[in-house]
Amino acid sequence: MAAPSNPPATPAADAAPRLALSGITKRYPAVLANDHVDLDVLPGEIHAVLGENGAGKSTLMKIIYGVVKPDAGAVRWEGSIVQIANPAQARKLGIGMVFQHFSLFDTLTVAENIRLAVDDADAKSLPARIRDVSQRYGLPLDPRRHVHTMSVGERQRVEIVRCLLQKPRLLIMDEPTSVLTPQAVLSLFDTLRTLAAEGCSILYISHKLDEIRALCHRATVLRAGKVTGQCDPRHETAASLARMMIGADLPHPRHREATAGAPALVVDALDVRAADPFGTTLRGISFAVHAGEIVGIAGVSGNGQKELLAALSGERTQARKNAIVLCGKPAGRLGAAARRRRGLAFVPEERLGRGAVPEMSLAENALLTTRGGGLVRRGFISADAVRACAAKIIAAFGVRTPDPEAAARSLSGGNLQKFIVGREISQQPKVLIAAQPTWGVDVGASAQIRQALIDLRDQGVAVLVVSEELDELMEISDRLAVIAQGRLSDPRPAHATSAEEIGLLMAGAHRTQGTGMPAAVAG
Amino acid sequence: MRLFLEARPQPSRIAAWTAPLLATAATLVVGFIVFKALGRNPLAAFNAFFVQPVASRYGIAELLLKSTPLMVIATGLAIGYRANVWNIGAEGQLTMGAIAGGGLALWLGESEWPSAALLPLMFVAGALAGMAWAAIPAWLRTRFNANEILTSLMLVYVATLYLSWLVHGPWRDPEGYNFPQSKLFGDAALLPNLLAETRLNVGFLLALAIVGVAWVFVRRHIVGFEMRVAGLAPAAANYAGIDARRNVWLGMLAGGACAGIAGVGEAAGPIGQLLPSMSPGYGFAAIIVAFVGRLHPLGVALASVLMSLLYLGGESAQMNLALPSAVTGLFQGTLLFLLLAADVLVNYRVRVARRAVAA
Amino acid sequence: MDTVTQLVLLSLAAGTPLVFAALGELVVEKSGVLNLGVEGMMLVGAVVSFIVAARTQSPWLGVAAGATAAAALSVVFAVIALTLRANQVATGLALSLFGVGLSAFAGRDYMSVVIEGMTPVHVPVLSDLPVVGKLVFGHNPLVYVSWVLFAAVQLFLFRTRVGLVLRAVGESPQSAHAIGYHVIAIRYAAVVFGGACAGVGGAFLAIAYTPSWVEGMTAGRGWIALALVVFATWKPWRVLVGAYLFGSVTLAQFQAQAAGVDVPSQLLAMLPYLATIVVLALISRDAMAIRLNAPASLGKPYHPE
Repeated sequence: MAAPSNPPATPAADAAPRLALSGITKRYPAVLANDHVDLDVLPGEIHAVLGENGAGKSTLMKIIYGVVKPDAGAVRWEGSIVQIANPAQARKLGIGMVFQHFSLFDTLTVAENIRLAVDDADAKSLPARIRDVSQRYGLPLDPRRHVHTMSVGERQRVEIVRCLLQKPRLLIMDEPTSVLTPQAVLSLFDTLRTLAAEGCSILYISHKLDEIRALCHRATVLRAGKVTGQCDPRHETAASLARMMIGADLPHPRHREATAGAPALVVDALDVRAADPFGTTLRGISFAVHAGEIVGIAGVSGNGQKELLAALSGERTQARKNAIVLCGKPAGRLGAAARRRRGLAFVPEERLGRGAVPEMSLAENALLTTRGGGLVRRGFISADAVRACAAKIIAAFGVRTPDPEAAARSLSGGNLQKFIVGREISQQPKVLIAAQPTWGVDVGASAQIRQALIDLRDQGVAVLVVSEELDELMEISDRLAVIAQGRLSDPRPAHATSAEEIGLLMAGAHRTQGTGMPAAVAG
Repeated sequence: MRLFLEARPQPSRIAAWTAPLLATAATLVVGFIVFKALGRNPLAAFNAFFVQPVASRYGIAELLLKSTPLMVIATGLAIGYRANVWNIGAEGQLTMGAIAGGGLALWLGESEWPSAALLPLMFVAGALAGMAWAAIPAWLRTRFNANEILTSLMLVYVATLYLSWLVHGPWRDPEGYNFPQSKLFGDAALLPNLLAETRLNVGFLLALAIVGVAWVFVRRHIVGFEMRVAGLAPAAANYAGIDARRNVWLGMLAGGACAGIAGVGEAAGPIGQLLPSMSPGYGFAAIIVAFVGRLHPLGVALASVLMSLLYLGGESAQMNLALPSAVTGLFQGTLLFLLLAADVLVNYRVRVARRAVAA
Repeated sequence: MDTVTQLVLLSLAAGTPLVFAALGELVVEKSGVLNLGVEGMMLVGAVVSFIVAARTQSPWLGVAAGATAAAALSVVFAVIALTLRANQVATGLALSLFGVGLSAFAGRDYMSVVIEGMTPVHVPVLSDLPVVGKLVFGHNPLVYVSWVLFAAVQLFLFRTRVGLVLRAVGESPQSAHAIGYHVIAIRYAAVVFGGACAGVGGAFLAIAYTPSWVEGMTAGRGWIALALVVFATWKPWRVLVGAYLFGSVTLAQFQAQAAGVDVPSQLLAMLPYLATIVVLALISRDAMAIRLNAPASLGKPYHPE
């Protein structure tokens, strides 16, 4: 590492790159995650990788850290081509990674956690070294504390210090600030600048435009697996970055005259505590979905969507019965089955294990949520009616399956999703909630599903779509809201908003409902 | 060259039904080895163990007689196991059922009670007692999140001690030469015979009826379906709005009721009174029957006959081969182990790993 | 020797099989594996140790043999539950049932055999000290071994690197694997250790506590040991305390009879089992304590991919 006697503000542009990726390609069964990606990082540079969920950022980082192997392309480390077979090798080269979802052991202390991952035998001096490094880089830690007593922000410090103790030459940070308070963010930036000044390269993955502009020297923008741009973020505006990230060619939704009817789903000041330590607490969520309209909720994953969906579906009930009102009647205390009887249908984010039972056949899975239509008479299942119901869904929604008795887990993602969507729609609900309706689904099935949602809307059903894909939401929504850090923005007509505005809202710099204060998260 | 396991996209139906056969065959092989090691002629031993017991009309009747409690209990247990509710205390629930039914028999047997009503009442009492005993672990789990395996098991010891106290003390037959046993039940409290000159009684028909009812429930009732969902995918059960607590109660009570009925069946059948031990471990053997029978009422019926054969074989081995009857327990445990091992084939394929070509 | 000293000595002795079995199972569960086969392993340990002690006239050889036999049995459990990924609950039950059958079978000829067994030590001078003498220096040798085991487990789990790794594996096998540790191998080692401990616990019953072999002589102690681990919220010192408390409850029936209390012996004998249920319910309902202390991956099958 270069001695920081007179650290340059920007690393010399003609220095040899520390890391150079060329033509990196990685294909998964359903999607092309990385498409001929080129990227280079100079010594002492803080390099942002910018993009929405699904753009291919995580896959690229996994390739660099040795968790995944690329199908094509080369990785050059300090000039020479390397094959990084596993994380241990990456660490040996000098690459450290701070994951978005930490790999920490809750019931152990800070020192114990670090000791497990650090490959040296000197245990006695470890607490002292931890204190040393953590103080030096502005991430104070008490080595004796148990991780489960620490806030998420403090846990991240453990992850970072764990990397720093191995003296990395390249540090990859995956969405580091989604769990930090504004003060902690500034403090983290100081740390990163110190590291960069010492010659360490930093790959900073994020979608937060303001932070990238404040911190990074260069940015590479990914979209749908391809590099769509490279720039110096200090010379860009948030708006121009947003356009590069989301794309200028967003389909303009048809401007429909508002023909929405009565509110079918009303959410009033919903507060939900996060169920697990990595969850998001919802605060004061209020909105309504009217009959005959589609409301879309956009947002980066991990901002409260899971909790909101569980609260709406009835998987988690509320104490206040009026927190959720279905078709005019309070439903907050009702469970999932009762809400279904009131006319609610739900397509969950996870297909296998939640939307469908993997080991059961499609017929049995049709029975999972369908109770009407003569499927169950006086408690007894009519096998013929169930089979007919499944067959109808399969035919109406073009589900390709080798055998109607095949287990749900043998279907492709797209086909299973079509089945689940079809099953919920076939129950003729008054309100339909769909979470990530086209995630991992091929193009043809996606189009079909979107059209089905639109048709449903035209029939007078109230539709709520929660998704991370802005394209799709802009295409089908009548009104759009953004969820960030557990709070919801006011829904506004889709045609009256722009990609930049949405991008800014997603990045968290927005006004919350009612308070007028920027959102903050307890650290 | 290494063997490793590769997940199957679809659980193999074929493997699910051949696993018990594989396990049975493997158990026989183990038996072969054990007999040889004990210095017995394996073929003669097999004959004595598996063939002789059922070589006569009486033998077949005994086979069906012993399969009765196993069938009944395992059917009830399987309903709970499908929903991941682990009732391990069937032996205790059986005991309490026997106590309730037997108590009724002792109390009403000599009175002017209309005899036709006594047996059905005894079975009802037994079922209720078994359910009450199973309700304790159910309540402890739903209310306190206490592990039902441990609580139901502890209650087995409590029930056994309670029965022991009863037959040593308040319920001891005053004319029984001080042996720990209750009075013999009157005829009205005994199950009618099914096959002349054998011990087979109508309890067997009751068992078949219970298997039938369970089959209908599991295959055709919506609650049976929902319990299956809960056992396979708890998140899907939650999504569908299935009540997890109801499943725990139903799972435990089904096992308890069945075990209680089996207890009455033993008291009112082959035993005819209350003794310190009302069962040679049927409550535990039924657990194995449930697994070997794939938790399916039909499979359970077949597996209970197999398990019954193992019991008879043990008794036969004791008489003809001078082997301890404990050899039965050995075979039972081996069968379950081998079944669990064979089960891996349902969800995994065995593959041979070749050296990977460098990327 | 006064009654109090006598009571303490007997309680400690009564609790010792639980100490062995529960400490062993604690280590197993700390690695994330639930082995319900403790009862079966204890019985196998008891019968094998008795047979070997009777044959060789050496109690210590018996104990060693018992530990080995139980450990061997636990390997069967490990193969089926860890390598073949069978349901841990069912496999553990199978192990218990198998152990009950195997021990009854193996011990059939030894039911009325009498052996010398292991007797409490007598240290010259020290054992004769008033009060302290018998309390500290008058125990059966295996009781002292159990104290050493407690210290060893405590040190191992919380002071050594290997113990740290084991706890990490139980907490999150995926993270441990990501860092580069061999989860399955570590779990195998833990299971074998647990088996050996259960074996020694059973051996204590057959060789020291009541030197004899009776079919099913553990009378559910293996299951109580499992409950004890939960009650102790996976902390070794609490296992010790709990085991001795249970030991004293077990003694209650003899004490009550001696005191002339007119309660039938069978009802008194129910006490340990009822106590187990109550204790289990009280501890389990504190979900936070359970979540913080129970190894997060306990009982869940681990798939390396």
